[in-house]
Amino acid sequence: MSTAALCSDRVLLNDWHVVADLANLSVGAPFHTRLLGVDITIHCRGRYNKEVVRDDTGALVTSTKRYGFLWACLGKPERDIVFVPEAEEGDRYLVTGGSIAVKVSGLRMVENFLDMGHFPFVHTGWLGDEPHTEVAPYKVELTAADELVATECKFYQPVASPTAKGGFVVDYIYKVTRPYTVALYKSNPVQKDRLDVITLFVQPVDEDNCVAHPFLAYLKDGIDEAGIRSFMQLIFAQDKPILENQVPRRLPLDPRAETPIRADAVAVLYRRWLRDKPVTYGAIPARM
Amino acid sequence: MITLYDYELSGNCYKLRLLMSMLGVDWKTVPVDFYPGREHKSDWFLRINPLGQLPVIDDDGLILRDAQAILVYLASKYDAAGTWYPRDNPALLGEVSQWLAFADGITATASAARLHDALFYDFDVEAARTGAHRLFRILDEHLWFGEQEGRDWICSASHPTIADIACFPYIMLSEEGGISRQDYPAIRRWCDRVKRIKGFTVMSGVFPAGPAKAA
Repeated sequence: MSTAALCSDRVLLNDWHVVADLANLSVGAPFHTRLLGVDITIHCRGRYNKEVVRDDTGALVTSTKRYGFLWACLGKPERDIVFVPEAEEGDRYLVTGGSIAVKVSGLRMVENFLDMGHFPFVHTGWLGDEPHTEVAPYKVELTAADELVATECKFYQPVASPTAKGGFVVDYIYKVTRPYTVALYKSNPVQKDRLDVITLFVQPVDEDNCVAHPFLAYLKDGIDEAGIRSFMQLIFAQDKPILENQVPRRLPLDPRAETPIRADAVAVLYRRWLRDKPVTYGAIPARM
Repeated sequence: MITLYDYELSGNCYKLRLLMSMLGVDWKTVPVDFYPGREHKSDWFLRINPLGQLPVIDDDGLILRDAQAILVYLASKYDAAGTWYPRDNPALLGEVSQWLAFADGITATASAARLHDALFYDFDVEAARTGAHRLFRILDEHLWFGEQEGRDWICSASHPTIADIACFPYIMLSEEGGISRQDYPAIRRWCDRVKRIKGFTVMSGVFPAGPAKAA
């Protein structure tokens, strides 16, 4: 039985959220999960037909498939699923990176994804190493489309991707498109003028738990899908114990709650953007 | 050259990487899309291991499965000093085998809880956690009494054996399955000793030890 708090944020209730990687679903094995505190079960009726049902009322939940995932909306969808333009490009692999449950608020997960400062310490030898620890100033803005974008992010990475042959300064762009969705664009080590894209769809399981559903659109040059997944999980599993030890598990939105530094400019704006929406689910609201 | 059929997040694959690194042996890796691709159940992999399990090694045509069995093989073949798997000492060999079997018990409990919590495996997680705590209690007492006698490692030797390597990974990853090591201080001290063995390497989810305190 569910004991989780329910969500009252309209912006979340009326939006789409990933609830499963289609690869994890099989006929005859109902898949139990939770979305915004509501226990749900996914039934596979034959190969193509999936049904999402609320455990509390037995009501059918609006669902659809896209990008290799099953999506659900508990309310009435007010906008379409996030569009990933790179998924239309034929020379890319489109792979789900492997959905992993993490015992922390999904908002903390998004914020960690936006943070370059931890690379040398958590992803040592891969996405950073000492003494290259400085986060150079970058630009961050709120766009007309109500997305947060951080540009001109640069970081020295010893092994930036599965095909990297040595360390180089990698260019990053971050984009927060929804409260629980964040994308990262980074230089491809083979075609340096093009970008690989990782979109992280975070499933708000409840306020203190989430599932990370990464979606990768990687240029095919010199790599295979197993290699892409392997690298994604290698990096992600380094973050996992750090995230699961964050206290508190929810993201505080009060500007006085945790002290940011200049490298956190994008996180500061992210918290303010959440506060203005307002998104409270998975957060500790700001004191008035 | 040794080929390791590998999955980064597998503690059983990590055991082999750990021992090969400590022995200074070179190997190459074939990443197997264990999750979510279930490539270990694919036709090509089942021809290599009909059990559909990782890890597997191929050492110049010799194909071996089962993490504990491979540890025995690697130590026997590549450890010139003969300490990791002491073939000349029957009593010690018996102890090593006993704890290799114990390591399988840790896999069946602590690893199962982790797969349940992180990767949605349909296991009885409470039974898995209870089972892991029972084993951790037994190991913690064993290590604590060992420390009183001046013994640092699981088996009765002045050096680590493959029993230490076999037990280490899923103990170190236990918190991902909701199994705290708070109540097992001797296990925690032993984990730090393992991390200070020359050639120690990490996997995702395992961090290196801090610098040792000067005596």
